[in-house]
Amino acid sequence: MVRLIGVHKSYENGARALVDVNLRIDDGEFVFLVGPSGSGKSTIIKLLTAEIAPTEGRLMVNGYNLNNIHMSQIPYLRRTLGVVFQDFRLIDKKTVYDNMTFAMRAVGATTGEIKKRVPYVLELVGLDKKTRRLPHELSGGEQQRVAIARALVNNPSMIVADEPTGNLDPARSLEIMLLLERINALGTTVLVVTHEKGLVNRFSKRVVAIESGRIVSDGMDGYYGYEDEEV
Amino acid sequence: MKMKKYNFGYFFKEGIRGIFLHGLMSSAAVCSIVACLLIMGSFTLVAVNMNATLSKMEQENEIIAYVDESLTLDQAKTLEANLKAVPNVLSCTFVSRDDAMKDFAAEKQENSLFQNLPSKILRHRYHIRMKNIEQMNATVSQIKQIKGISSVSALLDISKGFITVRNIAGGVAVILIVVLLVISVFIISNTTRMATFSRREEIAIMKMVGATNWFIRWPFIYEGLILGVFAAIVAFFLQWGIYDAIVAAISRSDTMSLFVVLPFQHMALSVVEIFIATGFLVGVGGSMMTIRKFLRV
Ligand SMILES: Nc1ncnc2c1ncn2[C@@H]1O[C@H](COP(=O)(O)OP(=O)(O)O)[C@@H](O)[C@H]1O
Ligand SMILES: [Mg+2]
Repeated sequence: MVRLIGVHKSYENGARALVDVNLRIDDGEFVFLVGPSGSGKSTIIKLLTAEIAPTEGRLMVNGYNLNNIHMSQIPYLRRTLGVVFQDFRLIDKKTVYDNMTFAMRAVGATTGEIKKRVPYVLELVGLDKKTRRLPHELSGGEQQRVAIARALVNNPSMIVADEPTGNLDPARSLEIMLLLERINALGTTVLVVTHEKGLVNRFSKRVVAIESGRIVSDGMDGYYGYEDEEV
Repeated sequence: MKMKKYNFGYFFKEGIRGIFLHGLMSSAAVCSIVACLLIMGSFTLVAVNMNATLSKMEQENEIIAYVDESLTLDQAKTLEANLKAVPNVLSCTFVSRDDAMKDFAAEKQENSLFQNLPSKILRHRYHIRMKNIEQMNATVSQIKQIKGISSVSALLDISKGFITVRNIAGGVAVILIVVLLVISVFIISNTTRMATFSRREEIAIMKMVGATNWFIRWPFIYEGLILGVFAAIVAFFLQWGIYDAIVAAISRSDTMSLFVVLPFQHMALSVVEIFIATGFLVGVGGSMMTIRKFLRV
């Protein structure tokens, strides 16, 4: 569960990225976070992963109170979150399979656990036939599915994806969204950041819209509730 | 903490992988640490041998008092009582010029030039041992004042020279140890910095998926540790070789025979212990220094 109560964030240079943001995401929800670039979407993601701290306001993520979290607890918070980025962030020298292993080893998984878990997630994202490939031998869509598999491999309670389709063509983008929808159906909370209006409108999901650091609409009608001149 | 869950075999493998990943930097680090250890070790070994030479001299602490040539053998023998009256004298043994000549000829046996010399060229003498070597100066001047003693030879000047050399070698060793340790730590720290830089993407991913800082740090610490200990082992064998070569050179030279030269085997255990401890500390210290700075969340 995620709760932001009266959250403000100003960067050192004075940029006011978030202004009085209130947001609650319950376990099992699927939420689109939409808004033009520079509106503060990534700032919200970075707050959730404790990469940055709020200037003001209360912040709770998966049972961790981020207002007074100890540095040594941050890794354990992050294990509850699977993060996906626009640029995939795979290790180019490692195969698909070894990218998974690397993520599991990093949290102290045993070889036995790895052997059980990795084939399952790779099958879930539809890459069970390409486990020995290197990332550059895959298409963009496939690479993003590897990144989603890696986000899932440590069994987080929530997937957080920051513009996961930003580098993909519309057909691949839709595939990724459908995959995330399926992962959500299996019980994982999903928060997807995007500014692709057309894509969002194909799903009937909760859409939170943000503009200039303020939440301007939050509805279950699956509608991109404002006009975005960029798209 | 969660330490028990850590797989140290994994960290060790990752450490080895890191070393080969930037092999040039790793070999440079090993070479510099080897050089540091060798310089440190050599000066320390010189100081140790000087010390051994000095304590041998102190043990022998013999002064030779030569009797005036005008005195007859019997007159010379009467001086013993006067010598024994000097407070710091522990014992004195009379050696006649004939006996002295025999000893001398025996010592130079292999050289016919020194055989069958008339004993007239030598003087009667007393071999004197002291109670306290530190009062050597005062004792020597008291003995010189005894009528019938023409001169006194003590190892005074030589031992002063040795003390000077030992103190210089010891002092230089201490300064070098400090300076070279700092350099070695800096080199390892720099190697670790390059290692973290070349793996910055992996580190970012590890942090993203929730690796603890210690999990991320351990491979780099192992890397520093392996480099430091490996350098120590290389330095140990090089030190051994260099030392034995120098010992061989000294034993071939007559003028150097005054030195006490300890065999390397006697000191090998201490040298290997000190080198490995230093390599370990330099390796771990250097890598920790960088990692503390670079891996804050
Ligand atoms: N590290 C930073 N330092 C200073 N300003 C930043 C930083 N990151 C983002 N910003 C500013 O904060 C605002 C929100 O940025 P961001 O959350 O990245 O927007 P979005 O992801 O919606 O495009 C922007 O005005 C951006 O310039
Ligand atoms: Mg962004």
